[in-house]
Amino acid sequence: MGVRVQEEAFDVGRELAALTAGRVDVGAVASFVGLVRDRNDGQGISAMTLEHYPGMTQSALEDIVEQAKSRWDLLDVLVVHRYGRLVPGDSIVLVLVSSAHRGEAFSACEFVMDFLKTNAPFWKKEVTPDGARWVEARESDAAAVQRWDAS
Amino acid sequence: MSVRILFFASLREKLGVGAEDVSLPDGVDTVGKLREFLAQRGGDWSSISVDTRLRAAVNQRMADATMPVGEGDEVAFFPPVTGG
Repeated sequence: MGVRVQEEAFDVGRELAALTAGRVDVGAVASFVGLVRDRNDGQGISAMTLEHYPGMTQSALEDIVEQAKSRWDLLDVLVVHRYGRLVPGDSIVLVLVSSAHRGEAFSACEFVMDFLKTNAPFWKKEVTPDGARWVEARESDAAAVQRWDAS
Repeated sequence: MSVRILFFASLREKLGVGAEDVSLPDGVDTVGKLREFLAQRGGDWSSISVDTRLRAAVNQRMADATMPVGEGDEVAFFPPVTGG
């Protein structure tokens, strides 16, 4: 299990191989990769800067992973989140969840991303043709977290 | 009582400060009271007490207005997060 907050890019294939290396009890790995798009809210995006709260980002992500592990029967979880300057096409975040069966892995992967979106202290600032702007939090992200209370 | 206060993202830019050590008067002992204390500085600081979207953390854990603030604590204020 691991959480990494880093400036450099990650290699999905290598991380996936490391997650399952030497084990024969893994029946499923669910993965999520978030990337920088070239458009947002009707404007072109040429670059983005991800600011974070060093220390708290690490502990907030570890807390989310612990919640997921207490909720589902998981074998391993990896979260890698980047910060700094990124351009369209760059990857931002990786979540890998391994379990014996796919159900737990799919659900836990989505759970981790939903809580990361509302609880992990990262902030995006986009560069548009009109200048730089801070990305506003979406109401739909708060709603995505709340649905886990009911299930 | 002295605390370290951090500001992030758009709030940091608006206030023009990322971190400062502040000596608090008696009675300013919760996140909510700290927000009111900082808002008294006026100008761009006024919104800190009334902005309902503003988030806070004490010692790097999310905190609501009732969360106690003590000597040496690290208190952070920031807008809703937008990672992922």
